[in-house]
Amino acid sequence: MLQSLSLTLPEVILSTSALILMIAAAWGGDRAAKVISWLAIAAFVAAAITIPGTHGGHRLGFSGLFVSDSFAAFAKVGIYVAAAASLIAAIGWFGRDGDYRAEYPVLILLAGVGMGIMVSAADLLTLYVGLELQSLAAYVLASFQRQDNRSAEAGLKYFVLGALASGILLYGISLLYGFTGSTEFADIAHAIAGQKAHGAALGGGILFGLVFVLVGLAFKVSAVPLHMWTPDVYEGAPTPVTAFFASAPKLAAMALLTRFAVQAVGPATFEWRQIIIFMALASTILGGVAAVGQPNIKRLLAYSSINNIGFALIGLAAGTRDGVASVLFYMAVYIVMTLGAFFVVLRMRDAEGRPVESIASLSGLSRSRLGLACAMGMFMFSLAGVPPLLGFWPKFLVFRAAVSADLTWLAAVGIATSVISAYYYLKIIKTMFFDEAAPAYAPTRDWAQTVLIAVAALVVSPVGYLLIKQLNLLAHNAAASLF
Amino acid sequence: MSGLPVLSILLLIPVIGAGICLFVSPNGARWVALIATLLDLLLGILLWANYQIGGPQWQFVEGPYSLGLFSWALGIDGISLMLIMLSLFLMPICILASWTAIGKRVQEYMACFLIMETMMIGVFMAQDIFLFYVFFEAGLIPMFLIIGIWGGAERIYASYKFFLYTLLGSVLMLVAMLWMVNYAHSTSVPVLLKTDFPPEAQTWLWLAFFASFAVKMPMWPVHTWLPDAHVQAPTAGSVILAGVLLKLGGYGFVRFSLPMFPQASAQLVWLIFALSLIAIVYTSLVALVQRDMKKLIAYSSVAHMAFVTIGIFAFNRQGLEGALMVMLSHGLVSGALFLCVGVVYDRLHTREIDRYGGLANNMPAYALLFMLFTMASVGLPGTSGFVGEFLSLVGAYHISSWVAFVATTGIILGAAYMLYLYWRVVYGTSRNADAAAMPDLNARELVGLGAIGLVVLWMGIYPESFLAPMRDDVGLLMARVAQAAPRSDSGLAGTASAAPVTKTGAH
Repeated sequence: MLQSLSLTLPEVILSTSALILMIAAAWGGDRAAKVISWLAIAAFVAAAITIPGTHGGHRLGFSGLFVSDSFAAFAKVGIYVAAAASLIAAIGWFGRDGDYRAEYPVLILLAGVGMGIMVSAADLLTLYVGLELQSLAAYVLASFQRQDNRSAEAGLKYFVLGALASGILLYGISLLYGFTGSTEFADIAHAIAGQKAHGAALGGGILFGLVFVLVGLAFKVSAVPLHMWTPDVYEGAPTPVTAFFASAPKLAAMALLTRFAVQAVGPATFEWRQIIIFMALASTILGGVAAVGQPNIKRLLAYSSINNIGFALIGLAAGTRDGVASVLFYMAVYIVMTLGAFFVVLRMRDAEGRPVESIASLSGLSRSRLGLACAMGMFMFSLAGVPPLLGFWPKFLVFRAAVSADLTWLAAVGIATSVISAYYYLKIIKTMFFDEAAPAYAPTRDWAQTVLIAVAALVVSPVGYLLIKQLNLLAHNAAASLF
Repeated sequence: MSGLPVLSILLLIPVIGAGICLFVSPNGARWVALIATLLDLLLGILLWANYQIGGPQWQFVEGPYSLGLFSWALGIDGISLMLIMLSLFLMPICILASWTAIGKRVQEYMACFLIMETMMIGVFMAQDIFLFYVFFEAGLIPMFLIIGIWGGAERIYASYKFFLYTLLGSVLMLVAMLWMVNYAHSTSVPVLLKTDFPPEAQTWLWLAFFASFAVKMPMWPVHTWLPDAHVQAPTAGSVILAGVLLKLGGYGFVRFSLPMFPQASAQLVWLIFALSLIAIVYTSLVALVQRDMKKLIAYSSVAHMAFVTIGIFAFNRQGLEGALMVMLSHGLVSGALFLCVGVVYDRLHTREIDRYGGLANNMPAYALLFMLFTMASVGLPGTSGFVGEFLSLVGAYHISSWVAFVATTGIILGAAYMLYLYWRVVYGTSRNADAAAMPDLNARELVGLGAIGLVVLWMGIYPESFLAPMRDDVGLLMARVAQAAPRSDSGLAGTASAAPVTKTGAH
């Protein structure tokens, strides 16, 4: 038991701090919100440091419910860093309107616990518990600005659709359990392999279960055709919350989907690969086309995230160790790019200090705020995957994985769709650099946001190439622990 | 010079210059950019002086230093050397040409240009296939900004078209590169050059590379981005586009398509010839009816680049050397012609041919230099244009007399549209008082155009200086493709191993 608990040290730290900080929030009220936020960030740092060492390879805890391997460790570091960064950026954003409340960091902490459990799940039930913990925190976060209709609507929409997806997921879980006799990933894989060993096709029950679970998870990563909630929720939720949604939960859900695909239904790769390929291509195409006409930067970034998830799924479709490593690499770089872009959106405020979200208001930003415009330009080119920015390499890796898995056609189609999406990233650049200046944004003195934007810009710049080798090594180690 | 990472320093100087540019006054930025490009040119001249003709194939090699997914590996052969020299030589002239023409956001402009320089020369140096791709693609970003921010009225449309066209072309090449690396287990260009890819895969790989290089080149029918981009770009942007960026396509054919996929090249040579011949005749005719000076020169570029593709895929030494000479010469001449347009555009702010006329009266020095470049573009013996076009036609004649026949009409049409342009702009009587009142070239313009003029004459009178460094590399390439070479229709045997052309200037 103690050994099992030691595997969950980061989750224990995060849950304990969440509980303590909740009590502190109740006593201290909203005046203590800032202090509580920084304590929550400290908790994330502590959790990241105490992620159990991964030399031991697979380490199962709680009789096979929970696994702590280098795959989980990789994902957790990314999740905690992204959660902490979006929390830091939120303090300054809410603080200005005076509606920052102390439960915000607590909710982020709880979502962090849920995401940690998601990536460490070795059993369908752990998977579900982690997913729901994260989702419930996310529903509340989406409607955090209660007085704002759009925020409330976003929360409600997210909740209703999320509940539907959870239902589908649960139904899939029950089917898988019914037809394989177990909820543990390893046992399910064993059962499927056993069935396939007799030369029989995969039974209808397992197939249905597989499809339902994939659908439920596809909702969480917002892959087409289960992406509908994304633009609405991203637009309606307060911007720091959107930044959070686009980063950490995406990574967690993607890691979960990868682990499920490889460890639980790995023997049925042939079956799920078709689904993943469809979702990948549909996401890259729709994410590219639908964003073109968007006047709202948050909606545009929502479609951008759908588009990017599509590319990451191409890596998963390869189904190989290289493919899984490329997914992790992709998501790691994606979080940096997308967080950077959202941090710039946080800076968009008109002369009275009200947040603005229209792309038109970015006009001529390079005239009034060259630094900010350059940073945003780098994030856009990086999201478009244009070298020499770092965003090129994750795309490169997923395509390489697809090519070496004999899916050259998939790589070719995927790469062609990346040109479609390049168009709307260029549109942002054009607005910022080519157009006549719109009224300048109100100046801000939030040094924490400035530092975060600068760090993100530095990482996606060619300087980030120095990280490639190390990151690639870590991703490969992590991927190796799944096979 | 030995031991010093010269090539990396060449790449680094403009980047540092660009960084400084962003933090100084507009005038400071101009000087910083000029000094950085001149320093690079100086270093380039030293590089040329130290290049051993007849030495090892790859010289000044650096690396490979592995960066995980690719490695930092640089090195040049004679072909790269010449193209690098072309870029280094044109850059300071571009900066001078933008001295007063660019009035807004000078710092950013100069920074973009310097970054551009690094990316362009990086392409010619890269010895790792993915490093090549990074440089090849990265050049899009500064050029996109240059056209979009400082361009003409239709700049935004032109910049999009430029970016998306070239991006779509090159991403397909990336898939092919991934396949090749997967097959050969190496990202090193010298290794890949020696790898024999299976013939059935070669066709696909060749087509993927063709998609990229044909757009960059540009070949008919994917040339339509070029007139738009040229017309809208500021003068110096056009110079760099025509002078160096178009050479990336030709360089790609010479470095990748031909030696890596010799069988596919031989099989698909009909495609290249067909597209090139259409380009020569069609774009020359289109050039004849242009009213916009820049557009006319842009279409002439497409026609000239078709000579390059014909020469490269003639599978013999004359053709290839000719193609390389056309690339160098066209870089200088079309760059100079765009500068000539820029000179009058700066004074009158129009590129309409009809607005000018009789400039020989009030701008004699301009008329003289413009004449020189017109003649070089037409291919008059004694200018750089002659050497390359003559050689590539000789090469084409070896392989197919019909190709040579149709291609030669391009020279006649070229003479027609260039002389027609020159006649309308420089001769005759002044039609407009403001055009007649334009002052002649100032010292800054004279230095830029004069420098190019001297090199154009040098290349025309003694091309050996430029051919000598490339001779061994062309020989290696010919040896590599010798088996695959298609049969000539005239029955001339052994064209691939024909004796090196030595005294081209005497023709």
